[in-house]
Amino acid sequence: MKLLSLSGILGYGFSEEALKNAFIEPPDFVGVDGGSVDPGPYYLGKGVSFTTRDCVKRDVSLSLAPSLKARAPYIVGTAGGSGSAVHLEWLRDIFLEVAKEQGLSFKMALIYTDVDKPYVLQKLREGRVTALGDLPLTEKSVTDSCRIVSQVGVSPIIEALKAGADVVLSGRSCDTAIFAAPCIMKGYDPALAFHMAKIMECGSMCAEPISAADIMQGVIEKDYFELTPANPNRRCTVRNVAAHTMYEQSNPYMIYEPDGVINLIDSQYEQVGERTVRVSKSRFTPTDKPTLKLEGVRPMGFRSMAVAGIKDPETIKRIDEIFEGVCAFVRENTRGLLSADDYKLSLHKYGTALTKDCCSEITHDLGLIIDVVAKTEESSSFVLSLARSRMLHYDYKGRKGTAGNLAFPFSPSDIHLGEVFEYSIYHLAEVNSLLETSEIHYINVGGANDTLG
Amino acid sequence: MTRLVDLATVVRSKNAGPLWLTLDIMFDGEKDYSLALNSEAINATKIAELYGVPAEKVSIIPYPIVNSIKITIPRKLVSGSLGETDVYGCQQYTPLFSVMI
Repeated sequence: MKLLSLSGILGYGFSEEALKNAFIEPPDFVGVDGGSVDPGPYYLGKGVSFTTRDCVKRDVSLSLAPSLKARAPYIVGTAGGSGSAVHLEWLRDIFLEVAKEQGLSFKMALIYTDVDKPYVLQKLREGRVTALGDLPLTEKSVTDSCRIVSQVGVSPIIEALKAGADVVLSGRSCDTAIFAAPCIMKGYDPALAFHMAKIMECGSMCAEPISAADIMQGVIEKDYFELTPANPNRRCTVRNVAAHTMYEQSNPYMIYEPDGVINLIDSQYEQVGERTVRVSKSRFTPTDKPTLKLEGVRPMGFRSMAVAGIKDPETIKRIDEIFEGVCAFVRENTRGLLSADDYKLSLHKYGTALTKDCCSEITHDLGLIIDVVAKTEESSSFVLSLARSRMLHYDYKGRKGTAGNLAFPFSPSDIHLGEVFEYSIYHLAEVNSLLETSEIHYINVGGANDTLG
Repeated sequence: MTRLVDLATVVRSKNAGPLWLTLDIMFDGEKDYSLALNSEAINATKIAELYGVPAEKVSIIPYPIVNSIKITIPRKLVSGSLGETDVYGCQQYTPLFSVMI
């Protein structure tokens, strides 16, 4: 059985030549990861994608029609970058738009994976939540959260495929679930299914030349799977494939999934063609205590920032003293208006640390970001404006450049990033069923049965 | 004695989720890999010192199939929190460069 992984992330792109090649021998399933937790908490909090609509639409426009024509179900995980309902619906609308433009008709499954606060609170009270690191979970961190998703595994995708969906858009999902679900549904060894999925979910990241923006082909058989890049200019080697197995993993021999653990201690990697690697002998142990990862974010405040450079070595030498003076000035000038809890003013310095490092050349400029996160948009602007102007004209003994200390690259100098977020929940919850957090909606798109008319 | 940066072909870092940072050191052949591994220069105490994390939370796993050593440490800040400087964690490998093998 043949699967395609279109790209590292939907919207990162792929070459049209690779797409054409990938369909010469038609695939049985087409998958692509739609998101990641790497870009940080903002996107889940704000409900926006870190990939742009135009990039995502380009990838969908090129790949959807050939997949439907090949009768290969098209599966996207972590829709819209973060996989909450708003992200899922953003991606749904792109699919609807492409369907309309290209006159396509298909049955689409939308897998919602959001969880509400009472659900998490109950798990917490039952003692069925485990921390995954140094982020504690309290009732307050749950109630402070503004959006919480569960990272689902293969189960809801299998259910949607069994219901006859041609397109499956899943909310927050394990990257592996996209590719492992069809294999497990068809009865292939879960160990091989998950291992193959882990390697191919990043597109051609397991090939050389390496690329997160190109297509990977996976073929799974009873006792092994094989990976071959769809772009003839790339190849898989044992080294690339085995190395990619450990990418972003804390342990190179274990892959933890909601359904169990994949053990890669005895996995065999073999070059079976110029561009193809075969993998076998991975092992899977199903768990008797299924868990789902919960991800939640809470608002952190409103951010304003200014970017500036300093060239005067005397000013650079005194930067910490100057910044201390700036902070004191801001405190003085906000007295009675803002308390210390209302804002956090900090300075990011770029360039000074580099000189004592081992790499790159010595830089003579100091790059700065004046960073404010405050409780309201207004207080964020207020604090930044005070800090920026004070720093610009801060005087010190022996100062030569009395007209200004900062080189601003932009006008306006002050940039307002709006509301920002931080992770509040990143925990494992024990579940009774791996389907308990997902809700599947079906839409008939186009054709005579169009749900949307 | 040689610096790790001169011996290894890949030295990289990346988040393993928002709470952990994982570092991969890859060598071109078994010889360089064994040299680095057997020298014991890459140990929990050294990594803890370089990254300012508790030694008991440092995991070091040899991965001989690709002549690599994987190190995983807790992030000092949850990714994207106030004070963050590298959300993806992909520029946190340079302290390893100067480890002497």
